[in-house]
Amino acid sequence: MMPDRLVAALWAPLAAAPLLWIVVTLGAYAGGRRLQARLGGSPLVNPVLVAMLLVGGLLLATGAPYATYFRGAQLINFLLGPATVALAVPLARNLHHVRRSLGGVGAALLAGSTVSLLSGVALVRALGGSRGVALSMAPKSATTPIAMSLSQEIGGLPALTAALAIIGGVIAAIVGQRLLLRLRIEDHRAHGFAAGVAGSGVAAAQVASLSGLAAAFAALGIALNGVLTALLVPLVSLLWR
Amino acid sequence: MIVGLLVLLGFQLLGEGLRLALHLPLPGPVVGMLLLAAVLAARSAGSPPQGADSGRLDRVAGLLLEHMGLLFVPAGVGLVAELPLLRQEWAPLLGGVLGSTLLGLVTTAAVLHHVSCRRPVAIAQAR
Repeated sequence: MMPDRLVAALWAPLAAAPLLWIVVTLGAYAGGRRLQARLGGSPLVNPVLVAMLLVGGLLLATGAPYATYFRGAQLINFLLGPATVALAVPLARNLHHVRRSLGGVGAALLAGSTVSLLSGVALVRALGGSRGVALSMAPKSATTPIAMSLSQEIGGLPALTAALAIIGGVIAAIVGQRLLLRLRIEDHRAHGFAAGVAGSGVAAAQVASLSGLAAAFAALGIALNGVLTALLVPLVSLLWR
Repeated sequence: MIVGLLVLLGFQLLGEGLRLALHLPLPGPVVGMLLLAAVLAARSAGSPPQGADSGRLDRVAGLLLEHMGLLFVPAGVGLVAELPLLRQEWAPLLGGVLGSTLLGLVTTAAVLHHVSCRRPVAIAQAR
């Protein structure tokens, strides 16, 4: 029984400090990346999804409350702010692409972003979901840090929005390319931009392997859709009381 | 590294300040991103952007964006606190995320394809 008591005696003080939770989060994410690499880079084993399941499972198994975990892990969470600002770098670098196909990019952004926002809210309501779930769905196609802060602002559940944004990205990464090819859309600009707008970072990482052009349009889609969604979502929550 | 981080955090702070002062509906980091993008675009408009400063910023920004996935994990784990909700509303959640993602994807690609992609760009030309 000695090891049990040792673990118990160590657990309480360690669980109260940030270090343990930062190590757990980093370890789970590194594990997810390794698993994905071992399975040939399959989009099904998204490292973020794997890490969420591992850490969530650990919390459920140990009974540690989420608030305790987040008090430690918020040091990692904090970096979402500067990471969002960092999106300015690919955005500024690809600005000449926007200028060259301004009409197409603008129209596609407006149509895709609006359709994904409104269809998300409408589908949730049609399937009997609550207002909180609908509001958490609304910003999910924006890149996760933007989606989360929007969700917070309009009264959704940021954690749910984050999970939906990641799962949406996984869906787009798995079926996106095949679906578009079946519709005879082969242009890399369209593939990249659609992945960025509808599937944010997860799908963009997948489509970036097509070509540099696809990667640039994916980065562009993420940044532009983040901005447009940030403008549209507060509007939806204002109009829909 | 330090300068790059300072630029990113500085623009985030600027964004938060502007958001509070002007009651903007946008999150502070988004305001900061727009400001930084405008500054970077203006600076590279005259000359090619390869200064020492932009190199430092590129490195930190690249590092953060490359490992952005890790940064979502703490918030995503918050789902364990929402398990009753997931059990109760799994159908609207699943239907909503699946339907809206695919509709958004197809709409975006189809519109871009039909408006401006009549002449496909060869990959060699694009690089």
